[in-house]
Amino acid sequence: MSEQDHDHGRTFQPDHAEPTSDAARVGLALRELLIEAGHYTAEEEQQVIADMQGASPENGAKIVARAWTDPAYKARLLANGAGAIRELGFELEPYEFTVMENTGDTHNVIVCTLCSCYPRALLGMSPAWYKSKNYRARVVREPRAVLAEFGVALPDTVDVRVHDSTAELRYMVLPEQPEGTEGWSEEQLAVLVTRDSLIGTQRDLRPG
Amino acid sequence: MSESVFHPGQRVRIADRTPPVHHRVPSYVKGRVGTVERVCGLHGEPEKFIRGDGKPFRRIYRVRIPQVELWTDYAGNDKDKLEIEIFEHWLESAE
Repeated sequence: MSEQDHDHGRTFQPDHAEPTSDAARVGLALRELLIEAGHYTAEEEQQVIADMQGASPENGAKIVARAWTDPAYKARLLANGAGAIRELGFELEPYEFTVMENTGDTHNVIVCTLCSCYPRALLGMSPAWYKSKNYRARVVREPRAVLAEFGVALPDTVDVRVHDSTAELRYMVLPEQPEGTEGWSEEQLAVLVTRDSLIGTQRDLRPG
Repeated sequence: MSESVFHPGQRVRIADRTPPVHHRVPSYVKGRVGTVERVCGLHGEPEKFIRGDGKPFRRIYRVRIPQVELWTDYAGNDKDKLEIEIFEHWLESAE
């Protein structure tokens, strides 16, 4: 038996509330055991949390803006997402990064029906609705109705592709570049790209 | 890297089974037929992570299924698709 002091309040993040459910207590106990057994350190855990907090949809916006302004980059991004984002200094290993391009006749939308897989290390925390059972169950079954609730009214001439992120791939949608933004710089274009457009629950981006 | 068993465009059937462990195949695609959209890499087998490291790794394929074949009352375009990642040992040829 370890003679360490088991002062839980000292080791988990001080801005987290005390656990109130059995599941949360089991989670904390498991964490304590893993750290005590040397599988990882509390410092390493803090670093992972800090890295994830540093990630945001702005990273995705930079990738999109590069793809809009550099056709060769866009081709690499669609063929090999992991390699193309590495060029810009981003890394999502061990996951495969897959970018789906919206076009005039195709709209892509991302979900994880089994849990809530999301490219967190790139785009930051997923929105609460992405993790809801409502979104996860319905967007695979009635994507057009769900998209309409997000304000995306798709005509019949546009096909929907729902991507269920069930295993080791992580997805991002490449939205269409808004009309009237030809010749804009990458920095100007990146500002137009929203988190929801990267998930596919927004279709049209507007200049300004 | 082992050779992939299935190729893009090939018709494949997703197994209809429910092992008593975490297995990452949602019930709504079990038993369904689709086409291989792309061949992906080798990854740890979810069923084997319950004890150990998921090895030997298995290949993942993206499988594309028409929405009208998944849901009898589907309200949408008959060209709408569902695309999902399935491990090789859950697939068999349907050609």
